[in-house]
Amino acid sequence: MTPAIELIGIDKRFGAVHANKDVTLSIAQGSIHGIIGENGAGKSTLMSILFGFYAADQGEIKVKGQPVSIKSSSDAISHGIGMVHQHFMLVDPFTVLENVVLGAEDGKLIGPALAKARQELTRLAQDYELDVDPDAIVGDLPVGLQQRVEILKALFKGAETLILDEPTGVLTPDEADHLFRILGQLRDQGKTVILITHKLREIMAITDHVSVMRRGEMVATKDTKKTSVEELAELMVGRRVLLRVEKGKAKPGEVVLDVKNLTWKDRKGTPRVDNVSFTVRSGEIVGIAGVSGNGQSEILELISGISRPTSGQIVFEGKDIGILGDPRHVREEGLAHVPEDRQHRGLIATFDASESSILGWHYDETLGKGFRLDRQAVISRCKAEMQEFDVRPADPLLTSAKFSGGNQQKIILARELERDPDLLIVGQPTRGVDIGAIEFIHKRLIALRDQGKAILLVSVELDEIRSLSDRILVMFAGKIMGERGPEANERELGLLMAGVTEDAA
Amino acid sequence: MIRKLLATAALTAMMAASAFAADDKPAIVFDIGGKFDKSFNESMYNGSEKFKAESGTAYGEFEIANEAQREQAIRNFADQGYSPIIAAGFAQAAAVEKVAKEYPDLKFAIVDMVVELPNVQSIVFKEQEGSYLVGMLAAMASKSGKVGFVGGMDIPLIRRFGCGYVQGVKAAKADATVFQSMTGDTGAAWNDPVKGGEITKGQMSQGADVVFAAAGGTGLGVLQAAADGGALSIGVDANQNHLHPGKVLTSMLKRVDVAVYNVMKSGKDGTFTAGIQELGLAEDGVGYAVDDNNKALITAEMTTAVEKAKADIIAGTVMVHDYMADNKCPVE
Amino acid sequence: MASARGELPPWVDLGLIPLLNLVVALLFAGLVVLIIGENPLEAMWIMLKGAVGSLKGWGYLLYYATNFVFTGLAVAVAFHAGLFNIGGEGQAYFAGLGAAIVGLGLEFLPWPLVIPLAILASMLFGAFWAWIPGYLQARRGSHIVITTIMFNFIAGSLMVYFIKDYFRPVGRMAVESREITGAYILSFREIGLRFFDLRLPSTPLNLTVFLAIIAAFVVWYLLWRTKLGYEIRAVGANTEAAIYAGIKPQRIIIITMAISGALAGLMAVNEVLGVQHRLLLEYVGGAGFVGIAVALMGRSHPVGIVLAAMLFGLLYQGGAELSFAKPLISRDMIVVIQGLVILFMGALEYAFRPALAAIFIKAED
Repeated sequence: MTPAIELIGIDKRFGAVHANKDVTLSIAQGSIHGIIGENGAGKSTLMSILFGFYAADQGEIKVKGQPVSIKSSSDAISHGIGMVHQHFMLVDPFTVLENVVLGAEDGKLIGPALAKARQELTRLAQDYELDVDPDAIVGDLPVGLQQRVEILKALFKGAETLILDEPTGVLTPDEADHLFRILGQLRDQGKTVILITHKLREIMAITDHVSVMRRGEMVATKDTKKTSVEELAELMVGRRVLLRVEKGKAKPGEVVLDVKNLTWKDRKGTPRVDNVSFTVRSGEIVGIAGVSGNGQSEILELISGISRPTSGQIVFEGKDIGILGDPRHVREEGLAHVPEDRQHRGLIATFDASESSILGWHYDETLGKGFRLDRQAVISRCKAEMQEFDVRPADPLLTSAKFSGGNQQKIILARELERDPDLLIVGQPTRGVDIGAIEFIHKRLIALRDQGKAILLVSVELDEIRSLSDRILVMFAGKIMGERGPEANERELGLLMAGVTEDAA
Repeated sequence: MIRKLLATAALTAMMAASAFAADDKPAIVFDIGGKFDKSFNESMYNGSEKFKAESGTAYGEFEIANEAQREQAIRNFADQGYSPIIAAGFAQAAAVEKVAKEYPDLKFAIVDMVVELPNVQSIVFKEQEGSYLVGMLAAMASKSGKVGFVGGMDIPLIRRFGCGYVQGVKAAKADATVFQSMTGDTGAAWNDPVKGGEITKGQMSQGADVVFAAAGGTGLGVLQAAADGGALSIGVDANQNHLHPGKVLTSMLKRVDVAVYNVMKSGKDGTFTAGIQELGLAEDGVGYAVDDNNKALITAEMTTAVEKAKADIIAGTVMVHDYMADNKCPVE
Repeated sequence: MASARGELPPWVDLGLIPLLNLVVALLFAGLVVLIIGENPLEAMWIMLKGAVGSLKGWGYLLYYATNFVFTGLAVAVAFHAGLFNIGGEGQAYFAGLGAAIVGLGLEFLPWPLVIPLAILASMLFGAFWAWIPGYLQARRGSHIVITTIMFNFIAGSLMVYFIKDYFRPVGRMAVESREITGAYILSFREIGLRFFDLRLPSTPLNLTVFLAIIAAFVVWYLLWRTKLGYEIRAVGANTEAAIYAGIKPQRIIIITMAISGALAGLMAVNEVLGVQHRLLLEYVGGAGFVGIAVALMGRSHPVGIVLAAMLFGLLYQGGAELSFAKPLISRDMIVVIQGLVILFMGALEYAFRPALAAIFIKAED
């Protein structure tokens, strides 16, 4: 049988970066094909070439055996290729129907197109479990449904092959399961699905074949049934990696952080953090699980002093730091903060590494007396931290943006840990970080716990929460839905993340 | 190749430089307004062009782009031996004073300002005298007994125009009312015809039916507004009667073009003299314009009265007060 | 992870590209000169010779550059905090008030006292004029671009009022103050005559040129060697990250604007004290806006700004000489030529970059 898509000898450079090196890939008709690789391995570039965002420097693309030239996304669509982006390309104030028709209006009047689309949507909904109210405003829909609209859009335009880029990052486990069911249906109806992800578990659960990319090269393509998570991880990283976090039992000490009835309302007066209370003790890691956007980020901002609570207290080592509302003072009290958004908050992309490595601690008198900033002191401190945390390249003068995600995160972690804090609050420590660095970061966090420090961890990766935390709090809509031990099963946590408590169930 | 190019460039530059060597060629430095300001600078440009056409002698010219260039331009001309060097406008006085001291052998002239040096001719006009005459005409032509004055930038020089005008108006009609307005406080006031028009409309709505514009380019708006609104206007500096035939009562002539022409000519003839040249009615430096465009507006009676006043002023029996003598005007 | 744009060796980025842009700009300018019927090579030669071919030319070049260094630094400091200060013009203008008040009001003091005080007053007045828009931006959210533009106008009218009604001696036609006699000493020519019995060509160049060099160094030190500078750059590069770091952006905005205004204010020292020796109307003459081009071209780095300011000084002085020598090339033509240089050096800075990047990266393989 002719493959649905063939990529032959694709080569692409961005300046000095060789993003795709002579990549060849064949995707069978009617299958789900996973593509995995660390960040920067070249999977997104490859798919962007297939979808017409970039032109390959060299190489050939065949669709159903026919060589084609794809210069733009409309070329790709006309060859039956559809894409669901990581960040949705939807017009929020439009209805589902209007979004689906967008780009396929078919004539000057919108009426006939809409009527046709309505019929088509009903059919698609029946065939693939893709139920969405065609007249709902997209902006009002939950993320999971918005994603369905994206899929519907692609199918409506006649996609035979569907590319999904990291589709589960924004979904609850339940929503992800539903998505996988949809993808299964699509395959059964003869469509081809390409799934880009870095989550090995998903690959194992849903794909038929899997291709592994590393540093721009295609290193292997396997039948999913004949491989294992360990093998894939090793192929991705190029060496053996330890996937399970090894840790001993926690020895919690006294309460370091005591959050009491914390509430924060946004400008519209909506409580985004709603009467939240919890404690973190020394020598333990408390994880906050939840789908992103349910108040976890706000909790981090409140504790770190970036925003001020509307009501309630944040007591850190006996002092209410909430009323300070000043990150500098909070830091001076002995709190360290690894922010969720590394690129936009954790460091300054245009600064060199040494400058990013003092962000928030630049007041320090050891970095220069009074108003002065001693550049030599800054650089030598950064150099030491880089060695300690194995940052590569260990060049304090390199611009922060030029480090990989993992190395950026190591720079931030080094900065926050080197000041020996009593409490570390950390958001999404391994988002967009390659497997090798994840291993390193997890080990450091456990080591910190074992030194008797208190750690508050926020992550949307349930696996990470479960493997690191000694206690797990689950947030939904600004409230803590419950507390579980690390042994809690995924289904149970998933229900809490969706706002379903046992009492209600 | 490059060397050859450079050599060519150097050669042409040298040739160009030798072309500068100007013995007794006159030069003129226009002020920031630029030589095509349809007013003061342009008038002087016309005088220079007339000289060039008649004598066949080219002259040096420069338009100032910023403050620092005033002195630079005058000095540049002096360096190259131009003489006489004419500075247009009062704002160049400081620069002329400085450079003229350094080049005692060269001749300089400045218009509208006095610089007391042995090699500088200062040309000033008795604007009050010409203004007096057009003031009389305005009062006699007015039916409402109310006339207007629109000045450009509010400086003593323009107040001198206004003061002479008011004296003339009162001399012809003692109970007449004069509305006086200035367009602004900066150089921009010389070139704001829209605002000039608005001010004129304002004065007309108060009853003024003759308006005198002593405001450079701004005056064009004054003349337009008066013509549109059925009032008469009075032009300034050059003869502006032709701009709205039959609707411009007259123009107060201030012959800067003649002055510039005379300086250039005297330089060529060797008759240049330093010192203050005060040009009034007697010297034909100021006056009022009568031509085909406004003949019908000036009655014989008006002509008689004005010509008598002119003769009296020349004879010294009528003294027109000079605002700049004491920064005061005896009448309002 | 390297950026997708690709890296170029520094000498290409900072040397070759600006040079290439300059050459293209001059080619276009040459074309314009050709169209109006003059020889472009000759024109260029006159410009160059007029600006750097004599002590006098250098004097004017450096005098113009002094102004542009101050206004360029003012724009650059604000740029580093992410602020677009278009108000250099007004700040420099308003600062003249400070210079004149001290220069005229404290005349009875000896010049070694008056001049430093007048410099301080210039900075203070300039800083004040920028502080207000800074405050409005930080506390009231009024956009700095709008407010600084408006403040240029306010300064313009206010200065007319002050000079006309308070500084102009009775009977003086020109709207200007009387002479600040204590400031003659700043002029190089004056120094040459008084102390060295040396007759230097008469140019507006004065001691303020050293102040410009000092200011450039101080700005560099402030931005890259102090904690305040670090905070300014952090706010400009990434406000979110700055807040995370405990920096208060509002405070930084206000402080930065005041510094920016003080730098622009130094221009008053050059013009009011150093050259004109009096306060007069519109003496800033667009230097505040040229500062924006200078800062862009100099990539907001003091060294780049000094070089860019000198280039503009060359264009100004060379341009004056050119329109002097060639009446056909009017002063408006000069502005066109200057505009072309700005267009290619500033706005089209990256026009040739992709092509060069391709060449150099190919060559590396």
